[in-house]
Amino acid sequence: MKKGKALLEVKGLRVAVAGNEILKGVDLTIRDGEVHAIMGPNGSGKSTLAQVLAGHPAYTVLAGTAQYEGKDLLDMKPEERARAGVFLAFQYPVEVRGITNSYFLRSALNALRRERGEPELDPIDFLQVLEAKLKSIGWDDSMMNRPVNEGFSGGEKKRNEILQLAVLEPRLAILDETDSGLDIDALRTVAEAVNQLRNPKRAFLIVTHYQRLLNYITPDVVHVLADGRIVRSGGPELAQELEAKGYDWLRDGVMVS
Amino acid sequence: MTSIEAHVQQPYKYGFVTDIESEVVPAGLSEDVIRLISGKKGEPEWMLDWRLKAYRNWLKMQEPHWPNVKYGPIDYQAISYYAAPKQQPKLDSLDQVDPKLVATFEKLGIPIEEQKRLTGVAVDAVFDSVSVATTFQAELAKYGVIFCPISQAIREHPDLVQQYIGTVVPYNDNFFAALNSAVFTDGSFVYVPNGVRCPLELSTYFRINASSTGQFERTLIIAEEGSYVSYLEGCSAPMRDENQLHAAVVELVALDRATIKYSTIQNWYPGDEEGRGGIYNFVTKRGKCAGTNSKISWTQVETGSAITWKYPGCILQGDNSIGEFYSVAVTSHRQQADTGTKMIHLGKNTRSTIVSKGISAGRGQNTYRGLVKIMKGAEGARNYSQCDSMLIGDKCGAHTFPYIDVRNSTAIMEHEASTSKIGEDQIFYLRQRGLSAEDAVSMIVNGFCKEVFKELPMEFAVEATRLLGISLEGSVG
Repeated sequence: MKKGKALLEVKGLRVAVAGNEILKGVDLTIRDGEVHAIMGPNGSGKSTLAQVLAGHPAYTVLAGTAQYEGKDLLDMKPEERARAGVFLAFQYPVEVRGITNSYFLRSALNALRRERGEPELDPIDFLQVLEAKLKSIGWDDSMMNRPVNEGFSGGEKKRNEILQLAVLEPRLAILDETDSGLDIDALRTVAEAVNQLRNPKRAFLIVTHYQRLLNYITPDVVHVLADGRIVRSGGPELAQELEAKGYDWLRDGVMVS
Repeated sequence: MTSIEAHVQQPYKYGFVTDIESEVVPAGLSEDVIRLISGKKGEPEWMLDWRLKAYRNWLKMQEPHWPNVKYGPIDYQAISYYAAPKQQPKLDSLDQVDPKLVATFEKLGIPIEEQKRLTGVAVDAVFDSVSVATTFQAELAKYGVIFCPISQAIREHPDLVQQYIGTVVPYNDNFFAALNSAVFTDGSFVYVPNGVRCPLELSTYFRINASSTGQFERTLIIAEEGSYVSYLEGCSAPMRDENQLHAAVVELVALDRATIKYSTIQNWYPGDEEGRGGIYNFVTKRGKCAGTNSKISWTQVETGSAITWKYPGCILQGDNSIGEFYSVAVTSHRQQADTGTKMIHLGKNTRSTIVSKGISAGRGQNTYRGLVKIMKGAEGARNYSQCDSMLIGDKCGAHTFPYIDVRNSTAIMEHEASTSKIGEDQIFYLRQRGLSAEDAVSMIVNGFCKEVFKELPMEFAVEATRLLGISLEGSVG
């Protein structure tokens, strides 16, 4: 198999939150266009990995490196990472009162465009971009004039994250438990949109507890994270195996290793 | 200091001092000082008598201490009650205004020179105890609108002033109103005749410059039947280690079918991070909807002052009259605010709306205090109140004291309240979408205040948004 360029290269990453070491040495390489899934039991550090790559200030990096497009990702502010093309779809998206979804998304897109030296979009130009994106993933604009995430159902919030992903066109999209709290129809809708957004210049890191999302989005690589380390990596079949056997057999493996 | 709190540290941008020769009356308060002020303003006898009556009353009053704010004792004999830049006593045109004063107001974004005036806005510029310029007076006179310093109104329109002054806020209303009534200097006077829609936004800018002085301005706005006026006040002061007292009185009178829209953008010096210095902003503002179908709407954006203590209210006397209060109050560093409104329903089918947004950052303490009183005769009165508080960081405080007094069973009252906290997760979410920390805070705060900002006149909404950005810059990192 012909391998693309390394987009993200994580080595020996150790991370603590509130004094507790959560990640205890993670190695991970993601190449252009690849879809990686991170699975693991609760408390294994999956969400920590997603948050720390996006630069959440509550997480302290103890050791290790993360190179993104050859740059030191860990040295960049959250907004610098975002402007460089790192996108995190949040497990719990926050509400912003009084600000419409449309205004928010345009501000975000314009922040990215400024970084790239492109002219900012006025509301009318933005609307055209937005409508094209909505059409490509088969959604309507019903959420756009409501305040950001305010009064959104769980499913709407997750869809909104994917819509932002579609408009902001990141190079590395990290999905943090996007499947949690979704019923089967909503899950399929979100998964189909993600599949639409896959392309050779965009990599995905999908963090999930359950295998069910991976029934719709076939990953290139599946990693199992347990107790802060990646204990096993494999192809899509590894996800099936986990679904059948649970996580315990791996946890035992960690203990003997 | 958490990264969130590390962000409210932005120097006050209007803290400069104008080096100008001033005439300052020696500190202290007595009947002689009041006679002196009255004499300097060339006032008629009845005005002096009214001042003296207020003063004698004030001597018997106690400074109130019920608000939720803390400050040391005020020495009323250590304050100078009159300070004015030295210049010719009477100006024939604005060209004679001292260039230093013109430059001062220009620096504050208030151009008073003929060629640079703000379009659509007439400005009265008050410097310490005197008005130094009022623009567009002749233009407004064509419509019968009087817009001038109150000292000029007392000389030139004594009947109007005598008819209305003290009718909404009596000289003995409260301790600070009584003090103001005794020693008030300049402020604005507005009179809009029957059926006239005032063609310009009217605006007064108050600047304190001299040290060891207080500012005691008084504003009186009268809207005759079927008239409309929109008025806005702004203010600022130099950075000083001392606290300076600003005790103003504002009275509004709306007759049948008249509407008065009164907006405030308050940016007095708030003191430093440790709470040294800053203005004590102890103000009495009240409007009377005297006529049927009249309306008074207060909008305030309070970002400055060490202590803000005021309750712009409405007496809804005319049947079907409407009172509104929209407020954004920001306290950061060690600022304290105890502000809100009073809605007194007397007439039938009177309505009031209260929307209050309190934002606390640093060690700021923000209190909403509001009274809604429905009197016996107020059949079918309605009130809607909404009080929202936002906290930035974990050393600030938000408090809400809504008082409701209903004496008519047909009244319909609604009250909503919420408290939210800007947290790192919220800021992080916006930064993860590419916004800087400053833009993230500004977006969250502006969204929170949106219902109030949309009430401001267009020309000033942008200014308010910007001011809020400055006050909170540095509060999130």
